[in-house]
Amino acid sequence: MTTTTGTPARPLRVAIIGAGPTGFYVADHLLRNPGVAVEVDMLDRLPTPYGLVRLGVAPDHQKIKFVTNAFDKVAASPGFRFFGGVDFGKHVTLADLRAHYHQIVYCTGAQTDRRMGIPGEDLAGSHPATEFVAWYNGHPDYRDCMFDLSQESVAVVGVGNVAVDVVRILCRTPEELATTDIADYALDALRKSRVKEVYLLGRRGPAQAAFTNPEIRELGELPDADIAADPAEVELDPLSRAAVERSQDRATAKKVEILRAYARRPASGKSKRLVLRFLVSPVELIGDDAGRVAAMRLVRNELYATSTGALQPRATGRFEEIPVGLVFRSVGYRGVPLSGVPFNESWGVILNDKGRVLDPGTKEPLVGEYTAGWIKRGPTGVIGTNKPDAAETVECMFEDLARGAVLEPAHPEAAAAETLVRQRQPSFVSYNDWLKLDALEVAHGRAEGRPRVKLTSVEEILAALGR
Amino acid sequence: MNIANILARKGSMAVTVRPEQSIREALALLERHNIGALVAVQGESPVGILSERDIVREAARNERFFALTVADLMTRDVITGQPHDDLLTVAHTMTERRIRHLPVVDKERLVGMVSIGDVVKAQRDHYQGEVDTLQTQLLAGESGLAH
Ligand SMILES: Cc1cc2nc3c(=O)[nH]c(=O)nc-3n(C[C@H](O)[C@H](O)[C@H](O)COP(=O)(O)OP(=O)(O)OC[C@H]3O[C@@H](n4cnc5c(N)ncnc54)[C@H](O)[C@@H]3O)c2cc1C
Ligand SMILES: NC(=O)c1ccc[n+]([C@@H]2O[C@H](COP(=O)([O-])OP(=O)(O)OC[C@H]3O[C@@H](n4cnc5c(N)ncnc54)[C@H](OP(=O)(O)O)[C@@H]3O)[C@@H](O)[C@H]2O)c1
Repeated sequence: MTTTTGTPARPLRVAIIGAGPTGFYVADHLLRNPGVAVEVDMLDRLPTPYGLVRLGVAPDHQKIKFVTNAFDKVAASPGFRFFGGVDFGKHVTLADLRAHYHQIVYCTGAQTDRRMGIPGEDLAGSHPATEFVAWYNGHPDYRDCMFDLSQESVAVVGVGNVAVDVVRILCRTPEELATTDIADYALDALRKSRVKEVYLLGRRGPAQAAFTNPEIRELGELPDADIAADPAEVELDPLSRAAVERSQDRATAKKVEILRAYARRPASGKSKRLVLRFLVSPVELIGDDAGRVAAMRLVRNELYATSTGALQPRATGRFEEIPVGLVFRSVGYRGVPLSGVPFNESWGVILNDKGRVLDPGTKEPLVGEYTAGWIKRGPTGVIGTNKPDAAETVECMFEDLARGAVLEPAHPEAAAAETLVRQRQPSFVSYNDWLKLDALEVAHGRAEGRPRVKLTSVEEILAALGR
Repeated sequence: MNIANILARKGSMAVTVRPEQSIREALALLERHNIGALVAVQGESPVGILSERDIVREAARNERFFALTVADLMTRDVITGQPHDDLLTVAHTMTERRIRHLPVVDKERLVGMVSIGDVVKAQRDHYQGEVDTLQTQLLAGESGLAH
């Protein structure tokens, strides 16, 4: 019986959990394969698709969001359905999916943040960047967050592209933000912002900074924020200089050049100042009497080479304190376990081999369960990096199908799966519903000269659909 | 991107042997797991690496190589990596020093192994991803301007 799965009479039925870029790349690879008849149901806990492209990518980077045009094309393929607002673990369980699908693919991304592990981290005024980002992008779960933007001095820990997004949003003028699709409540809050000084703190040197060149260049072009760096901190230490020369990595050499130019740049009297710091690690957040962040204690680092030649930070005995009233840690995202799905605590990912979910005991693949994207390999890479990653997973899925190693669901019919979803989540959002919402948001935006005005709560979204 | 991102999608740990185990046992492990090298460990720390090449080289000149142990043939000067080592540096070091297999150690404990093949693939996927992202942006940008 199972050998006929994948034919038009008995299509391979796949559930994709998560409608971020990875979910769409997996769907695309599955549906584009000419030899196998596939039906895809994509579930997301949120009513809206696109994952971090909607809720992570910065509002002043609209061009990046054009990638959703490609996702809409995938969604228009025959055999594709979207069930928005359906949470795996809450509305449907693994057992439910096993009864309705031949294969299940987890593409749930990295839903939480990494911690710094220092005293004072949980003082009022200290937040993960993940929350700030989700807030300004209108994520329904984070719209009620509060950030004390009456503070004049802010520190952002980490020098990845997310940290750069955060400082850029803090340094933009309200006029600039008003032409983006930033959440309305965030625009209001940022209009009242009194932030004057923003520190971006890297624990290693300029040559090891994770941000990319276009992103760091953009920080030097902000209309109302001066950029500054300490000339001594952007000079390369001998180890870094040797590493850059040896690797002949032009991008890194260029990055260091950009940073050195910032260190030479005189202040021009703009209202905000963005200060780049390197070779410093926060060791403690110091609170005031009310338990609010008042200062950050930093230790100066030096670099040493590990046995592979990678350069890592090591604390010296030199400390300093900077007064800050608001702290964002942007030291990386982290995956969260899904109910009933084996998890690899060391790396914060679903336990897998090339995308096949493994049994934690035997380390052998579990039949019919797969993973892709950030929850498979960890929270790094741009949108497109998830495409080859998804391809690797789909290759495993087709290999296993060819061997007959798929689940044997009791109800392998599309109608049965829809009945299940209707029972568990009567107010689910279909792709057609989403296209209506999208048109509404865009129309509302056009009236205000913005790319869109986002609906930011589930109630608003359902009301807009007349529910 | 660093070594941890490669280990995250490799699931299984490195396959290990003890130095006193026989070459026959080592061969059986290589065959069973369909891999090219084993990490020799004492307790949880790596003390050597034994690759199929090491065995083939010995077999070509020694009729009685089955009488040997892992300790006789393993390479002892193992270079190990750490989960946070960045890929670019690791790739460079592995190519330059002709290392095919890099055991990865965290706080003196073996946590996995990456091969030069893994590193090259991860780098290729990384570049491919960046190119793809740019491409979709440009293409979509053009059609986006059209309406
Ligand atoms: C702040 C930020 C800015 C970024 N900016 C850029 C950029 O400018 N350019 C670029 O190329 N890349 C950018 N990236 C990287 C890019 O967003 C990621 O590579 C990509 O989104 C990862 O895709 P994913 O599908 O694996 O995860 P995600 O995009 O996170 O998607 C996961 C989806 O799974 C859903 N989900 C989670 N749990 C469940 C559950 N239990 N049940 C159902 N659904 C669930 C979530 O709601 C979400 O929609 C950025 C990342 C961040 C964090
Ligand atoms: N515009 C864009 O293209 C864009 C925008 C946003 C995000 N993204 C992508 O999304 C991915 C995730 O971005 P990200 O910024 O979250 O991650 P990231 O690039 O991995 O950066 C994390 C940063 O945090 C630092 N860090 C980690 N632990 C720390 C600690 N304990 N103390 C101090 N610093 C610490 C890291 O320093 P070390 O290097 O020393 O570990 C690094 O600078 C990246 O691949 C990124 O490129 C892209």
